[in-house]
Amino acid sequence: MEFSFTNEEQTFREDLRAFLRNELPRGWTGGREDWDNDVFPVAQQMRKKLAARGWLTMGWPREYSGMGAGPVAQAIFGEEMLYHRAPGRDQFGLRMLGPTLMLFGTEEQKREHLPRIAKGERLWCQGYSEPGAGSDLASLQTRATRDGDDYVVSGSKTWTTGAHRADWMFLLARTDPAAPKHKGITFLLMDMRSPGVSVRPLVNMVGDHAFNQVFFDDVRVPCTNVVGETNRGWYVAMALLSFERSGVEHVGAARRLLDDITRAARETLRDGRPLTADPIVRHKLAERAVETQVARALAYRVAWLQSKGQVPAYESSVSKVFGTELNQRIANTGMQVLGLHAQLEKGSPRAVLDGVLRSYYLYTVAPTLYAGSSEVQRNIIADKGLGLPRA
Amino acid sequence: MDLSLTEEQEMLKKMARDFLDREAPKSYVRAMEEDERGFTPETWEKIAGLGWLGLALPEKYGGSGGGFLDLCVLLEEMGRALLPGPFFSTVLLGACTLLEAGSEEQKKEILPRVARGERIMTLALTEPSATWEAKGVHLKAKAKGADYILDGTKLFVPDAHVADDIIVVARTGRSAKPENGVSLFLVSGKAPGITHTVLKTIASDKQCEVVFDGVAVPARSLVGVLNKGWPVVEKTLQRAAVAKCAEMVGGAQRVLEMTVEYAKQRVQFGRPIGSFQAIQHYCANMVTDVDGARFVTYEAAWRLQEGLPCAKEVSMAKAWTSEAYRRVTALGHQIHGGIGFTKEHDMQLYFRRAKAAELAYGDADFHRERVAQQMGL
Repeated sequence: MEFSFTNEEQTFREDLRAFLRNELPRGWTGGREDWDNDVFPVAQQMRKKLAARGWLTMGWPREYSGMGAGPVAQAIFGEEMLYHRAPGRDQFGLRMLGPTLMLFGTEEQKREHLPRIAKGERLWCQGYSEPGAGSDLASLQTRATRDGDDYVVSGSKTWTTGAHRADWMFLLARTDPAAPKHKGITFLLMDMRSPGVSVRPLVNMVGDHAFNQVFFDDVRVPCTNVVGETNRGWYVAMALLSFERSGVEHVGAARRLLDDITRAARETLRDGRPLTADPIVRHKLAERAVETQVARALAYRVAWLQSKGQVPAYESSVSKVFGTELNQRIANTGMQVLGLHAQLEKGSPRAVLDGVLRSYYLYTVAPTLYAGSSEVQRNIIADKGLGLPRA
Repeated sequence: MDLSLTEEQEMLKKMARDFLDREAPKSYVRAMEEDERGFTPETWEKIAGLGWLGLALPEKYGGSGGGFLDLCVLLEEMGRALLPGPFFSTVLLGACTLLEAGSEEQKKEILPRVARGERIMTLALTEPSATWEAKGVHLKAKAKGADYILDGTKLFVPDAHVADDIIVVARTGRSAKPENGVSLFLVSGKAPGITHTVLKTIASDKQCEVVFDGVAVPARSLVGVLNKGWPVVEKTLQRAAVAKCAEMVGGAQRVLEMTVEYAKQRVQFGRPIGSFQAIQHYCANMVTDVDGARFVTYEAAWRLQEGLPCAKEVSMAKAWTSEAYRRVTALGHQIHGGIGFTKEHDMQLYFRRAKAAELAYGDADFHRERVAQQMGL
């Protein structure tokens, strides 16, 4: 066993840290969502700069102008970006659609899209969830009907993160309503400027605008934009999801939040004594630190398995559940430890941590819901990890 | 980063599992709970014959020169099998401490015999105040001529009733810092003035009360440097905490497997209970606890072996694994239902040992405070 990182990986981590310290705006306390008004311009700048260094696509193979970096280096990238609350990654294009096109896309699709994703020039959004289909994704109702060389798409997608910023969407649509629900779905690429696409903002409870509802009113999508085979889109979608989950970002976010809270607790005096003199506070913060160590081990296990060429079966779900629930516990601990001041918004003169903790307390609800809720992840762990019988 | 076992470790693991399945079945575990000694000499001889007692000892002391990680791999299997007997106390508390701090003469005399299975060892640290800190050491060792005279009571000393050698942590000096003035002595378990009583514990392991009444030991029994014994104890406690975690990981893994197996077979409401989401989610929580415990434990063990700073990682591992093992056994009970609450079922064996292991070498609260200190709180 060897728990250390290679010299190369360690150097990369340090280079990335130095880069982020230099390039992030002065006094940057982070934004949770790249797509919100406050963050988007910074995200765009960072994206270009990361692309210029090749880090945006470091995990891509060299034949697609990537750096062929291994999963551990990629995990380091994700961990550090989130630790610094740095925007600009474009998960949908880089980590999800890119690898999917490499596996299933036509030559033309690869030539058209991959270089633009790599340069950070074309942003993507993901058209999976629908108002009536969340965890039960295969029950989706958006229709794509063949008409000459086009598909005509009608229906609606929801929780579509970044749809108001994205240039393109990859989506799932039902192309054979008579087939069993997993077998009549096709994976399509859609230009968001196509006539008939409209986007309605959905502001989340933090107050950020990241997700949207998207409506398709007879939108024409050329048949050349089908990825993989018609009616076999479910399998493309599942392959894509396996690129989505690893959990190391949650660890980066958790470490940062805990470090911030710990620092504030040490610096905050109550009746002349720092909050951290209280055994209960010490106990709670230490407990969260222990859990963060566990989360990190579970996340790097996923990267390690991938680096050995294995496809994690249940391990990424373990990492996702644990990491996302940990972020909720840390935020909650922070609110309890820092007390009344912790509820104040950014900009309020008496706010602690410039209101960041308050925002995270609200925001950490989301990760236990997206990319498969904690409950769905636990089902996956029971099924794929333990072989328990299906319900 | 490489989270896999080496080929040799895989072989050791497999050999250990086969041996323990054969030689230490649950009937043996149960019988040894009632047995006065707590293990059979035959099993002890076989264990010595496999070279396990000298696994982590250098070759010049009759060992096979393995590392701490090898030892943890073995202990994980022992924890899985609930192997009774003084392996842990002899190797982790006794031999490793002597290896760390003993004189060349002491090592040469004792360690090869430990490796051959001829000598059982333990460490007498805790006292009626039951803390793992230097301030809890009150047993007095007073110089008298060429000897030291030991007076006081040690409590919760593992396997003292069968120990040939006891390393006694004693107070030899008073100063403002309780860490100063602690010394270690190597004492024969049969020395005049020593009496021991086996305590009835939750895990039916053999922890003893040991009374030292004017026990005279020659000055050459001193292990390490006079008054500077506490750092040695700390090191031993670190090793013991991580080693105990390795045992706990093995036990928790077995409880998980046992429970998943049961959930697949047990039918209620016309379906295997493992198909119910409530049960599935419990099982998912169990595997998360077990996997997390395994990796934090091995990371701490790796740092210890490599001589890297590890105080924080050791305490994190013990804090987490202590509670994870208990949670896993609690959920195991929940899924087994009433049958797991009976004496005849194995669940109770694990449930009781999980609590004992949690209390040993610092429970979660103790180690969380140490983590807090390491965090600069």
